[in-house]
Amino acid sequence: MRFGLLARLALRNILGAGLRTWLNVFVLSAAFVMIIWAQGIVGGMNRAMIDATIEFEAGGGQYWQATYDPYDPLTFEESHAPLSAPLSELVSNRAATPILITTGAIYPRGQAQAVVLYGMEPGQTILNLPTQELVNDDPDVVSGMIGAQTARETGLGVGDYVTVRWRDANGTFDADEVRIEHVVSLSVPGMDRGQMWLPIEDLRRMLQVFDQASLVVLARDAEPAPAAGAAWIWRDLDYLLKDIKDLVEMKSSSSHIIYSIMLLMGLLAIFDTQVLAIWRRRKEIGTLIALGLDRARVIWLFTLEGAMHGVLAIVVGAAYGIPILAISKARGFAVPEMMSDMGMPVPQVLYPVYGAWLVLGTTLLVLISVTVVSSLPASRIARLNPTHALRGKRR
Amino acid sequence: MQNGALIKTHDLVKQYPVGSGSFTALSDINLSIERGEFLGLVGPSGSGKTTLLNLVGALDSPTSGKAVVLGQNTSELNHREAARLRSEHLGFIFQTYNLLPVYTVYENVEFPLLLLGMDGDRRREMVMEALEWVGLTDKARSRPSQLSGGESQRVAVARAMVKKPDIVLADEPTANLDAANSHNILRTMAALNRDFKTTFVFATHDSKVIRYLRRKITLNDGRVVEDVEQTPEPEE
Repeated sequence: MRFGLLARLALRNILGAGLRTWLNVFVLSAAFVMIIWAQGIVGGMNRAMIDATIEFEAGGGQYWQATYDPYDPLTFEESHAPLSAPLSELVSNRAATPILITTGAIYPRGQAQAVVLYGMEPGQTILNLPTQELVNDDPDVVSGMIGAQTARETGLGVGDYVTVRWRDANGTFDADEVRIEHVVSLSVPGMDRGQMWLPIEDLRRMLQVFDQASLVVLARDAEPAPAAGAAWIWRDLDYLLKDIKDLVEMKSSSSHIIYSIMLLMGLLAIFDTQVLAIWRRRKEIGTLIALGLDRARVIWLFTLEGAMHGVLAIVVGAAYGIPILAISKARGFAVPEMMSDMGMPVPQVLYPVYGAWLVLGTTLLVLISVTVVSSLPASRIARLNPTHALRGKRR
Repeated sequence: MQNGALIKTHDLVKQYPVGSGSFTALSDINLSIERGEFLGLVGPSGSGKTTLLNLVGALDSPTSGKAVVLGQNTSELNHREAARLRSEHLGFIFQTYNLLPVYTVYENVEFPLLLLGMDGDRRREMVMEALEWVGLTDKARSRPSQLSGGESQRVAVARAMVKKPDIVLADEPTANLDAANSHNILRTMAALNRDFKTTFVFATHDSKVIRYLRRKITLNDGRVVEDVEQTPEPEE
């Protein structure tokens, strides 16, 4: 008998089963849509993490002063050097921006709190930081900018003055008042907390390290300098994003577990239906055999019925899933603030990413899994005695 | 067309395992059934009627001996060959109708023709013809759940007969029907037997059916105890 006819019979059977079929199809389609939706969120989160790191921190790559180690704040005070000629040229062409970094302390409400001081060019546009807010009309006032987390923790707000203490290049402690000009909310948690941005020239003056920087951030569309000098080490995006990519990789593993659980729930519905069907439709199976369908084709018929649940689930899931996913992609989701407390750079609004591979891969996976799961109980038909089946008996 | 007997059994034995021993359902059955016969396997419950019908229908295989149907030894057929024999040459009618519940009346009757790979126009023509035989053309779109017992069994008769098989095996076809419906069904089957020379083999202990038979084979404890020709006395 032709495959087409079996497919036609299978379709007739599942459509004829009415509500039972549609309930299964709905459960499976919900799992299907949820898998794509959840994976889209994870994909969106991953992309947002990488984008945010590039946008706020990494730029198109960085030159580090040779001893600079972002994981060792104790090195910050010593990790600065004059810009080499190629780097100075990049900076003057606005293809790069220097950053001077040191550690210090602020004294909000009379309590000391350690901060990392970042000196940046107020006019820079390479990193998406509102450094233009560091400009003020009073040359005697040092402008400062802090992150929203720091503001919450210290109680500091715009217009407040706070004492900042640091140690200059000669090892001498010094202090000054800084006026908070702006509070910035960033999606990179490391930057949102425990940092203060100052105009680079002010910080250079404070540290007595004129024309020096700890690192130079390259613009995203700029070409790195071929030779930046011995004091400077080029760190490309692969290097700078390694931690984030490791985090993405780790999150992907856990998202696969969620993916599998959701798929399993859908498959369980199909498996359950198939097992029940073999049990409840014994008489029908016996009749089909008596009418001239051989057992192998009865098994195929039941397997196809299961597989068609998958096909219908994809059609039904597409009918309501595409609008839902399209809207969620266009509008995005507000990310709870607690997410940034978990140490992940996340935007305030997260836009899911539904790639072709995600949709096609999930579709294919659902179809294959449903077919395999359907074939398992269907294979029991081979052991069914048709004379017993005709009477609705098990054995 | 087959020459000679359509169905022949030779020393047919069927035993079922029961505990550590076995139960003999059929013992040394030797029968010869010709084309166009209208015969019944008669006997009390447990006498082996249905078992014999299943062996002839290639739904079960004998413990020993053989059943030759249309020249084919059913115990030598594999699943696929047995299915082809049933699909091409045999029709089944069951006590509980066994209609496919999600199909309409039309689709139930059409099913055997689909298995034969018949084209759509021919199928439609044959299905409507079969529904006319049983007087159910107006129920073509109904589902089995919407039919009475008598109507359901008439659909089963139409399904068994639609492909004009050589043999129809009917297992207690009137057991769930009232007298009027039983006679209606039996008259229809007798007419089809007469018109198409289809061989009808009944397994029954219903006296109403027995009155229509032209040959009565009585079974008791798995053995043939009587095999007689008789003049049918159908209800007028």
